[in-house]
Amino acid sequence: MTDVSEILQIIGLSLLVSGTSTLIGSVIGVPLGVFVALRKFRGRTFVRTVAFTFYGFPPVLAGLLVFLLLSRGGPFGFLGFLFTPVGMILAQSVIVIPIVMGITISAMMTVEKRLHDTARALGANERQWRATALHDARIGVFTAVMVGFGRAISEVGTVLIVGGNIRGQTRVLTTAIVLETSQAHYVEATIFGVILFIIAFAVFAFLQRLQARGIV
Amino acid sequence: MDRGPPSALPWPSFITLWRFAFLIAGLLILAAVSVSIDLQPRSYIVLATTTSARDSGLLDYLIPYFQGDTGIGVRYTAVGTGQALDLGRRGDADVVLVHAPSAELAFMAEGQGVCRSPVMFNEFIVVGPPSDPARIGGLSNATVAFSQIASARSLFISRGDNSGTNLMEKTIWSWTGHIPSIANEPWYRETGQGMAATLDIASQLGGYTLTDDGTFLVHRAALDLTTDVSHDPALRNSYSVIPVNASLHPNVFAPGAMAFAKWLTSPRGQALIAAFTVGGQQPFHPDGEDRCPA
Amino acid sequence: MIASPISLAGIEKTYGGKPILRGLDAEVAAGEIFAILGPSGCGKTTALRLLDLLDAPDRGAILFDGTPCSVGSPEALTQRRRMAMVMQNPIVFRATVFDNVAYGLWLRAVPAEDIRGRVFAALDFVGLLDAAKQGAGELSGGEQQRVAFARAAVVNPEILLLDEFTANLDPFNVRILEEAIIRFRRETRCTVVIVTHNLFQAKRLADRVALLLDGRFVEIAAAETFCGRPSRPETRAFLSGEMAY
Repeated sequence: MTDVSEILQIIGLSLLVSGTSTLIGSVIGVPLGVFVALRKFRGRTFVRTVAFTFYGFPPVLAGLLVFLLLSRGGPFGFLGFLFTPVGMILAQSVIVIPIVMGITISAMMTVEKRLHDTARALGANERQWRATALHDARIGVFTAVMVGFGRAISEVGTVLIVGGNIRGQTRVLTTAIVLETSQAHYVEATIFGVILFIIAFAVFAFLQRLQARGIV
Repeated sequence: MDRGPPSALPWPSFITLWRFAFLIAGLLILAAVSVSIDLQPRSYIVLATTTSARDSGLLDYLIPYFQGDTGIGVRYTAVGTGQALDLGRRGDADVVLVHAPSAELAFMAEGQGVCRSPVMFNEFIVVGPPSDPARIGGLSNATVAFSQIASARSLFISRGDNSGTNLMEKTIWSWTGHIPSIANEPWYRETGQGMAATLDIASQLGGYTLTDDGTFLVHRAALDLTTDVSHDPALRNSYSVIPVNASLHPNVFAPGAMAFAKWLTSPRGQALIAAFTVGGQQPFHPDGEDRCPA
Repeated sequence: MIASPISLAGIEKTYGGKPILRGLDAEVAAGEIFAILGPSGCGKTTALRLLDLLDAPDRGAILFDGTPCSVGSPEALTQRRRMAMVMQNPIVFRATVFDNVAYGLWLRAVPAEDIRGRVFAALDFVGLLDAAKQGAGELSGGEQQRVAFARAAVVNPEILLLDEFTANLDPFNVRILEEAIIRFRRETRCTVVIVTHNLFQAKRLADRVALLLDGRFVEIAAAETFCGRPSRPETRAFLSGEMAY
């Protein structure tokens, strides 16, 4: 069936795809969240509501949309990213960005108004204030990143549709579980599930220690 | 504003961390892109096939031989029959291997395929509990068997998922003159799941079901079911291989797709299919014929 | 004739329909400690915020060295960086004491080697050198206010604005902070505007005192004159304790 090297390859791909999509989601979602929370612009409330609505956006729908975009018949087919890890990363990023952005907005809104006055009184311009507010809300923002990762690592419908669950190429822990279950290999499926749980636990434990040490 | 006072961002170590995260993200994206980019010339084909071809283990068995003989890799994705052909229509697959004759003919009529070669066949069989309450054991006519099951109101488990197997089952019911529904017939149940899971449920509940013999062979040891109806000519399940038309989709790796189709129907490929056994039985019977241009 | 470093000319400000400041005029002399005294809610904090260019007045102007400066203009940031303000409740950043004090220097792109020395000097000035590595949120209210003072002082402001900043503090910390102000003014010759409702504090610290009532400066006088021989009846009422505040 599956040997150790194949299992390791599946684990590695899971971490690559979920880790990268979490990073992309954060790199885009956090600054966007900071802007929407702090900067006044027309339609701000509308944008905020849309961001929060996307929390509940079904991931598998994102998978379908990305599939149609990346398919050869679609507008970005020339890239050839369907059934590849990049396609999976792109699809997962679509889901992670609104989650990170939404929780960042919530975290930034808890920053005290008087902190803004203090920062200004000490000579901060708007850009410096945004950096200050982000630093002050960093615990909440870090939570946003962790939730984003949690969603990415446990995601299955999107990566199944966009990746194709191809052996040795686009098979990750969640899609491997689906495969084994569909073939009634419940023991193998459970093993993959336990591995997934252990990995998620290890990642979160590590991130929590970083947070406790005040590094993040 | 240009001659404003010099400004730097506060919390320098924090800012450095964020810039570091940006950098790592950029590097990872580059790494993923480099792994995924569609480099020409391609050394692999993308094959769209169905779950039963995958679940029997045939593909994982054949592909290393094909790769050894031709140097071409095979990346296959197993989806429903409808989607497999659709992937061919979109040009997302180079070659398809399915077992749905009417859909295949429509595909060819649209000009989507270069050629259509039969490869092998297995058959659908009716399996059921050892007690055989409907007394269908040994029959070789599925229509008669289904009628007896209906009269005896014996438990029947359907996949109910519009798969190839499910469509075959509905066709047989139509031949009996009455198609059961879960609303009217309490002995008829639908699982909405794949073949292996459905067999499992049938085994646990003691019901009859229609299955392809390949999947049944693979799982037989763990099931409490016996074969009741087999060798019904109407239940033959033929597999065909169709390379996708490259003139419609320039990205298709046409030589590789053609090589795969010809290899499957070659004496070499056919012998390997015949030699493939599961649990001491041979799930697929080769009847390949190369109908592709030389 | 040297222009006053900071002055108000005809300042009016309304908040939510209620006029708070109805015409303030004052010129603060260079290097002096100028106290604004008055009951709670009379607009003292508002006046200070206008001085720090945090808000814009509805009418009138704030002048720095004789030149008016308005809140939206590009020079506002430059001017604000020549001042520093300490507020009533110490708002410290979620970081170490060192980082808090270094904040203003980071904003002004001061080179890293200079920052260390200046921060430690400022912490030493308020007697918190040993707390540099501690989280600022762990300190007591009085210590946090001392951090806030060090944070403001470390940027070498020409004008220091203090908004009732020893209110709610214990006498020990009040004394440390008051001594810090006096020392700071002596060593740097900066101009200090301090808002307080505590008459005795004004007496201890200020060179000149201004009484803010009903949105106007009722009397501005040297500290001894203000306390000993006030010229206005309102001042007398304020000093005698007849006015409740």
